Amino acid sequence: MSPRLPVARRLTRQVRPVPAEAAGSPSRTVPVISVRGVRKSYGVGEAAVHALRGPDDPAGGGPLGVSVDVEQGDFVAVMGSSGSGKSTLMNILGCLDVPTSGRYLLDGIDVGHLDEHQLSLVRNRKIGFIFQSFNLVPRTTALAQVELPLAYAGVRAAERRRRAVAALSMVGLGDRLDHRPNELSGGQQQRVAVARALVTSPAMLLADEPTGNLDSRSTDEVLAMVDRLNAAGRTVVLITHEDEVARHAKRVLRLVDGRIVSDVRQGPVAGPPPVFAGAEPVVGAVASGGGR
Amino acid sequence: MLWQVLRMAAGGLAANKVRSALTMLGVLIGVAAVILLLAVGNGSSQAVKDSITSLGTNSLTVSSSGGGFGARSSGASTTKQLTLKDAKALATSEDAPDIKSVAPVVSSSGTAVYQGTEYTVNSIIGTYPAYFETTNSRVAKGDYFSNDDVLNARKVAVIGSTTAQELFGTVDPVDKTVVIGGTPFTVRGVLAEKGSTGVNDADDVVIAPLPTVQNAFTGFGSLNQIVVQARSADVTSAAQSEITQVLMGTHGIKDSSSVDFRVSSQESLLSARQSTDKTFTVLLGAVAAISLLVGGIGITNIMLVTVTERTREIGIRKAIGAPKGVILGQFLAESTLLSVLGAGLGVLVGVVGSHFTIVGIKPVIIPESVAGAFGIAVAIGLFFGSYPANRAASLRPIEALRHE
Repeated sequence: MSPRLPVARRLTRQVRPVPAEAAGSPSRTVPVISVRGVRKSYGVGEAAVHALRGPDDPAGGGPLGVSVDVEQGDFVAVMGSSGSGKSTLMNILGCLDVPTSGRYLLDGIDVGHLDEHQLSLVRNRKIGFIFQSFNLVPRTTALAQVELPLAYAGVRAAERRRRAVAALSMVGLGDRLDHRPNELSGGQQQRVAVARALVTSPAMLLADEPTGNLDSRSTDEVLAMVDRLNAAGRTVVLITHEDEVARHAKRVLRLVDGRIVSDVRQGPVAGPPPVFAGAEPVVGAVASGGGR
Repeated sequence: MLWQVLRMAAGGLAANKVRSALTMLGVLIGVAAVILLLAVGNGSSQAVKDSITSLGTNSLTVSSSGGGFGARSSGASTTKQLTLKDAKALATSEDAPDIKSVAPVVSSSGTAVYQGTEYTVNSIIGTYPAYFETTNSRVAKGDYFSNDDVLNARKVAVIGSTTAQELFGTVDPVDKTVVIGGTPFTVRGVLAEKGSTGVNDADDVVIAPLPTVQNAFTGFGSLNQIVVQARSADVTSAAQSEITQVLMGTHGIKDSSSVDFRVSSQESLLSARQSTDKTFTVLLGAVAAISLLVGGIGITNIMLVTVTERTREIGIRKAIGAPKGVILGQFLAESTLLSVLGAGLGVLVGVVGSHFTIVGIKPVIIPESVAGAFGIAVAIGLFFGSYPANRAASLRPIEALRHE
């Protein structure tokens, strides 16, 4: 995929963050997300804009790309102002976009080598999306909405319905099965989206500013739901620019201009999320290598 | 799964009812036009066939080719007209076993008057009673005139239904006296309606005994036609050559290429008309097919708009793992559903519309045209829908999601 791949890998090994709290975590397991030297640039040559660049090569070369690992069961918040590259990172993590260079292993699978059909399978099986703008399919009932990823996965109708009803009941919408998006409030829509994201039991939940369009009560509801999912062992990557939201995460990555400038652990990978544990964020835990 | 795809497609179409309806209308018009116009073409050729059949399929008409190329090439100074002698020769010839009956015909036109009502009769025919059977003319009221009437040159007539209507209105014309060209004729009967064969109204006719008409109008010269009836429809061509042989004898012609008369069968007339009608039908069909094509382009257009409009939805579906094939299938299903519904309604309109008489022609549906138009419309939906559907399926998820 990239000619500089071996170099990138070696460098990222060196700077790989090993937080003290995570030392006891099962490091033998394959990380859910393993990003190695991923760059994303738009345009070519002098006019190229690097949405994701990572640290510059100390030898004076170009950008080395972003490298980051996310362990199974972790809850990572990616923070940054607009234009920091967090959405680009999210799109790459979600297999919606391909990096210009670098390697991305999702659940041990090198996504870069997959064709379009396989990518759609990966999106279907491994990733559950929650978007800022809900992104529900218009004119479709909540039930059909949640059944959709199962339908794409080829699950039989009866089984599909059973699982979709269970997922909707879990998010507290068991009585809204036949409502269409325009008949639901923002909070309810987002809960349908959460149900849709988790109905396939994906390896990771990707949430892009899930509370950006919600009032505070709905925000709390949705975040509580995400907390519960993480407590149940689901890996969560959440993109936000609000500290309030980031407080829920076990680990906070900050992006500035396409570089990870800080990587803070707020709670252990194993165990409940910080809000459940009642633990205050561990201030200034470990500085990330990405921000050198 | 198929049911679900169809339901999804129906939902997509229902989201834009007016637009879907208008697109369907395009296909509807195309399909209905194909079915109806072909039915009209077919109906007109059917009508011609029927009316020619009604004139008698086993009848042959001998007419003089006076002044034609045959006369000139023969080198003869004059063309011999058909005479009563020719007719008699045909009727009595031993060499013509396929001839059943012979009716000499003279024709004229003139004004008929009945109690102050004046009407110009299109054709006044003087002939023998055999004429009625040969030309398939039946009386609806009254009776035919007899051989006795011919022998005695009685002033009797059988009139066509149009003539009866124009002269008598609701009055029963039988046994009334009508004055034609100054000669009073007693109406013996009224012919059954035959219908029009193109320009001439076959029902606007007065048929009287040959000598009577010759006496009153044409004089005792040549005949206009000799109508011959063959024994059956199968032997018309045999009868045709027998007539030629006999008349060559009476006219003293040795070379069959220089005959001064023409023997035509209804069959030859029929095939000439039918080939004209076929051209007509093909032209109508072509026009209709073009409108069907335009309907298909309408589908492409609307599906392209739909894809653009629903780019975001496509992005969402792709994000939650819809494979390319599913998106392709969904949009193909929508365009096919559009064309199937449009074609179905078009068939309905075409079939219903063909029950009405259009420009004087009773359309006769060609079953193949219904199946064909429907099939082509559906194929057009698939074909013209595949481009927008493929475009939708090939969208990159990130771009589709960003689309506003």
